[in-house]
Amino acid sequence: MPEHTTIDHDVIVIGAGGAGLRAAIEAAHSGVSVGLICKSLLGKAHTVMAEGGVAASLANVDNRDNWRVHFADTMRGGQYLNNWRMAELHAKEAPDRVNELESWGAVFDRTSEGKILQRNFGGHKYPRLAHVGDRTGLEMIRTLQDHAIHQGIDVHMEVTVVTLLRDGDRVCGALAYDRERGRFRVFRAGAVVLATGGIGKAFRITSNSWEYTGDGHALAYNAGAELRDMEFVQFHPTGMVWPPSVAGILVTEGVRGEGGILRNSEGQRFMFDDIPDLYKDQTADNEEEGWRYVQGDKNAKRPPELLTRDHVARCIVREIREGRGSPHGGVFLDIAWLKEKLSNAEEHIKRKLPSMYHQFKELANIDITKEPMEVGPTTHYVMGGIRVDGDTQMSTAPGLFAAGECAGGLHGANRLGGNSLSDLIVFGKRAGEHAAIFAKEKGRGAINDAYVTDEIKRALSPFDRPTGGESAHQVQHDLQLMMQKNVGIVRTESEMAHAIDALAQLRERAARCITPGNREYNPGWHTAIDLGNLLTVAEAIARSAIERTESRGAHFREDKPDKDPAWGDRNLIISKGADGAMQIRQEPIPKLPDELGSIIEEMK
Amino acid sequence: MAIAKMHIWRGETGEGSFQEYECEFTPGMVVLDVIHTIQAEQAADLAVRWNCKAGKCGSCSAEINGVPRLLCMTRMDSINTDQPITVEPMQAFPHMRDLVTDVSSNFRAKKSIRPFKPRKPDAPDGTWRMQQDDVNRVQEFRKCIECFLCQDVCHVLREHHQHDEFVGPRHLVYTAALEMHPLDTEDRTADLKNEHGVGLCNITKCCTKVCPEHITITDNAIIPLKERVVDEFYDPVTRLLRIFRPNKNQQGA
Repeated sequence: MPEHTTIDHDVIVIGAGGAGLRAAIEAAHSGVSVGLICKSLLGKAHTVMAEGGVAASLANVDNRDNWRVHFADTMRGGQYLNNWRMAELHAKEAPDRVNELESWGAVFDRTSEGKILQRNFGGHKYPRLAHVGDRTGLEMIRTLQDHAIHQGIDVHMEVTVVTLLRDGDRVCGALAYDRERGRFRVFRAGAVVLATGGIGKAFRITSNSWEYTGDGHALAYNAGAELRDMEFVQFHPTGMVWPPSVAGILVTEGVRGEGGILRNSEGQRFMFDDIPDLYKDQTADNEEEGWRYVQGDKNAKRPPELLTRDHVARCIVREIREGRGSPHGGVFLDIAWLKEKLSNAEEHIKRKLPSMYHQFKELANIDITKEPMEVGPTTHYVMGGIRVDGDTQMSTAPGLFAAGECAGGLHGANRLGGNSLSDLIVFGKRAGEHAAIFAKEKGRGAINDAYVTDEIKRALSPFDRPTGGESAHQVQHDLQLMMQKNVGIVRTESEMAHAIDALAQLRERAARCITPGNREYNPGWHTAIDLGNLLTVAEAIARSAIERTESRGAHFREDKPDKDPAWGDRNLIISKGADGAMQIRQEPIPKLPDELGSIIEEMK
Repeated sequence: MAIAKMHIWRGETGEGSFQEYECEFTPGMVVLDVIHTIQAEQAADLAVRWNCKAGKCGSCSAEINGVPRLLCMTRMDSINTDQPITVEPMQAFPHMRDLVTDVSSNFRAKKSIRPFKPRKPDAPDGTWRMQQDDVNRVQEFRKCIECFLCQDVCHVLREHHQHDEFVGPRHLVYTAALEMHPLDTEDRTADLKNEHGVGLCNITKCCTKVCPEHITITDNAIIPLKERVVDEFYDPVTRLLRIFRPNKNQQGA
């Protein structure tokens, strides 16, 4: 048997962003031993990039807010494809989870009464996002990290999981290697929590870092768990477009929440031109009303820049395609215009959006207090993910739990900004709690040594192949370009069919990739391993997007541009067939309980 | 398109040398882009840590022409590209491979600092009240992205290797964030003096200069902590009082 060490825990958590940390904390609280595995150093996960805030109906700024409004907003944003139980729990529990962060040392911005301040965001009826300037994610991950390190959790940093281990159908461990030395580790556990985040690296223009290669999605899929809603990939409307090397880096929605407006090259505020029926009653009639809303006027409706992300992104694409884009292929996002309204605009912008100010100053030589930014859509988030039970977060594979971005259901067809950070803490907690219960009940499973041997051999194969193969970097690059072109923000049947063929070819190329050097901290090798996961999630996205013959939420098809009511009551489920091929099926959404149904009706 | 000559330090556990690479670069590119281009085209196994590529995660710390900086926030057009550009790992930490160092001492140092301990909630619903003015300073410290560039440049760690005696600027900023947190009730003054070596800092302010978040580390964090230690342990009036009223820190420790 190839050399490896074996480490035992009751619960292992894979991924140490907000969801993974919260799950690990909760499991440790239950008195079980917890191992936390992360691909990077602790505290570097993508949660640090979240800017705008965490959505919770604390009602500190507008006392009309409550969980029922938050629930209705989340369902409307998700076009009613959401797992309604998750949307309910999320709306109910988010305030407690946010207050809990404060009890662990988080320092949110304050209202004049000394409470946690909340800001406006797209799709949220009332100011709901607790925030710290525009670095809320950093505050959250640091608070969780600093709390977690005193809970007796074993942290395994810079360790990548290659495959999950099973005892029959039950998931009971993981095979991993440490990036520093390339040594293999078998983690044996009673339960496994996946909290690996997203899939952004399947696309060329993305706000995600190298880590977001769909690892959790692919690990779960290969371990027999189902995925859902994979056609729904969120393209955030505002990423940087220039300089080219930083294209895709996020420009927070908070810019629009603080009054930033979108204009085309003709100076026109184009978001007023196309307001969807679902939001007609909630959107400002004119620019003056929009400004009053941003200023906190409770009788004003929100400006169209704060419509849902899917819609704003498509409007931007329309402007660019029709020749009204900015010089570098985006549109203008202007916060500097506040100087017309506020005497201390420069100082105000720097205080509310400090990291945006620095980001543009340092990366693009642009002073956002004086001139507009150029922005365009960037791959940001996957609504789809591992199918889980709303209460326990257990996947369809026993013993395997998932929380955060890699889990699917909460956001339906489109996620509202701010609902991701709250997702992490609400369902991270639940996943940790229920994983601990499962582990206590079932104990550890048996490890299949032959499988471990085979998988180590497979992981090392890029070193053993004959010379002449390509590097994994090249194949990954081509995959990203292909997905961006064919399964991006505007989709058609023919392009997506082409993507399926192209993926088969890329898979063959990936199987011949070679890696120079040795196993010690070798990014070429790491990319070769991540590539397999990316190919799996890319296929799941493409197949689901072909299957859904309508446009809804983040999924927009030029050849089927309208919403089709027949698709409004079903999700797409992806699973691995007995022959190893990807299976897709439609599944009706369970009937909404009357109590929740009436909330939606009432808030329409 | 311009061409840059890059001298990148390559090797393992401290053994190695600068290797020369030539790489094309376009306007707006940062040093990390150049490293990635070299990785994709010439040296697939070139080891470098990075994540967000937007100056928010603090992973890609290294030394560019000898200056501790984030690779992702250093634009090529801010450096003289007529000369070869050197890129090497942080010098204050044990070397692993190429540009990657072992920064685990930082995680141990942080764990040694007493955690946040809030006062009782102010409101019946279990929440607290704090004014924005009272949290501004703590929020400055909490901007820290843990890039450890301040640790790298600090001569107590870099030249004198006193990692066991001195927690370093990052962890003094962390301690200050806790000590000045309006809700915190813990007292870390004795630890600062005895375990964390705040006295070893001789306020040369090198840490403040390299901080990519522009935190005024020395003036706002370290000096006030030094003052607390002085007030507590060296102030003659306080010393006199302590004879009659022993301090809680000196009983336990």
